[in-house]
Amino acid sequence: MDYHWDWLFFFRETDDGLKYYDWVLSGLGWTTLVSLASLAVALALGSALGVMRTTPKRWFVAIGDAYVDVFRNIPLIVQLFMWFFVVPELVPDRIGMWMKQDLPYVVIAVVGLGLYTAARIAEQVKAGINSLSRGQRDAGLALGLTEWQTYRHVRLPMAYRIVLPAMTSEAMNIFKNSAVTYAVGILELYFQYKQIIEKTSQVLEITIVVTLAYFALAFLMNRLLAFIERRTRVPGLIVGSKGGDVA
Amino acid sequence: MSDFDFSVILENWGFLAQGLRYTVQVTLTAMLGGILIGTVLALMRLSSIAPLQWFAAGYVNIFRSVPLVQVILAFYLILPMVLQMITGQQMPIGAANSAYFTFTVFEAAYYSEIMRSGIQSVPRGQVAAGYAMGFTYGQTMRLVVLPQAFRNMLPVLLTQTIILFQDVSLVYAIGATDFFGAADKITQRDLRPVEMYTTVAVVYFVICFALSRLVKLLQSRIAIIR
Repeated sequence: MDYHWDWLFFFRETDDGLKYYDWVLSGLGWTTLVSLASLAVALALGSALGVMRTTPKRWFVAIGDAYVDVFRNIPLIVQLFMWFFVVPELVPDRIGMWMKQDLPYVVIAVVGLGLYTAARIAEQVKAGINSLSRGQRDAGLALGLTEWQTYRHVRLPMAYRIVLPAMTSEAMNIFKNSAVTYAVGILELYFQYKQIIEKTSQVLEITIVVTLAYFALAFLMNRLLAFIERRTRVPGLIVGSKGGDVA
Repeated sequence: MSDFDFSVILENWGFLAQGLRYTVQVTLTAMLGGILIGTVLALMRLSSIAPLQWFAAGYVNIFRSVPLVQVILAFYLILPMVLQMITGQQMPIGAANSAYFTFTVFEAAYYSEIMRSGIQSVPRGQVAAGYAMGFTYGQTMRLVVLPQAFRNMLPVLLTQTIILFQDVSLVYAIGATDFFGAADKITQRDLRPVEMYTTVAVVYFVICFALSRLVKLLQSRIAIIR
């Protein structure tokens, strides 16, 4: 193959005076930021929705179910385009202008990716709560806890531990899904990947480096959650797992 | 709030339908090819020959840790290079065609994990019974294990296919005209993002929601028979 390998191109200067490896690093930074921020949004909202879907209140369940159905059945890229190009037109003019002009792109992207992921987290939280025996809630109520307190002190602490392995793979997925935000102008790792290919045509080197970078991010997240899993394990109750597959 | 003009959808319905057809074609190709390759990978992963295990594990782990958009772009660029190396001549394959290949190869990694747990869900005694009947390895797999694994995993395989159907929208990265790509191109020209993207979202939702309900139905059917 007459491909011209050139690993040193990473140290060459780009148009904007930086080096190509600077682009990779800055992309890595944005990917990490967008992913972690989205994960925070997804965990908060997903937990709330997951809890709603297990309450005895029919309305709560219906809202939670509808949310999950909508956000799981529309592709992520379409959802992001909706947040960027459709929602600002549907809200009152003043808010629409603010969204288009003053609100940083990255906030909309984080919200979009977060809401998308929240549907998946909600599924897992619901599954975790439903896997507990009814007696847990009954015991809580019998002790005089309110419905909410049984969630806070009895059911959620158990449910989170049970679904931690599934959460781990979702937390690893979010790094991959964050790549889609390039389509709405976030300068994350995939955007830089694409840009570097356009500038240098060193497809293979940059593909290898970016692949390893994504691999490293997913791996770190996996180890972190495996650590949390070990530290929070309830002795004798949950059969120890190894924290999900690596990658 | 701008006023809506959904006539833009009617005027361009032909183009959108073409895009949708392409999306469906890629989905079906990648589903069939992916399940086929995925099954082979699963068998390799569960075989007793170490190099086959490593290969299958490496394949699955690499593809599962990389963003799909990156693979789509990388294959679109690298595939012609590889073809040129093999055939010795320029082989421009185009964005639309490279996606068929990319999705088949990429989805195989995901289908393989599903098939692996399907195969592992078949009791060991079944394999032993196959050998006791005098079947070879191939016969045991083909006639005894795989049909049961496939059946057990059918709902999961179909759910993965619904995800695949949505993921085809990522060919946006290489400018191929799938359903979303078609809508995006019309938007660039007619500047009616609200009507266009909303329509796309609704159509995706209706199709995927209906399919996922069907899968649920199928799941309960299968559960009853078993």
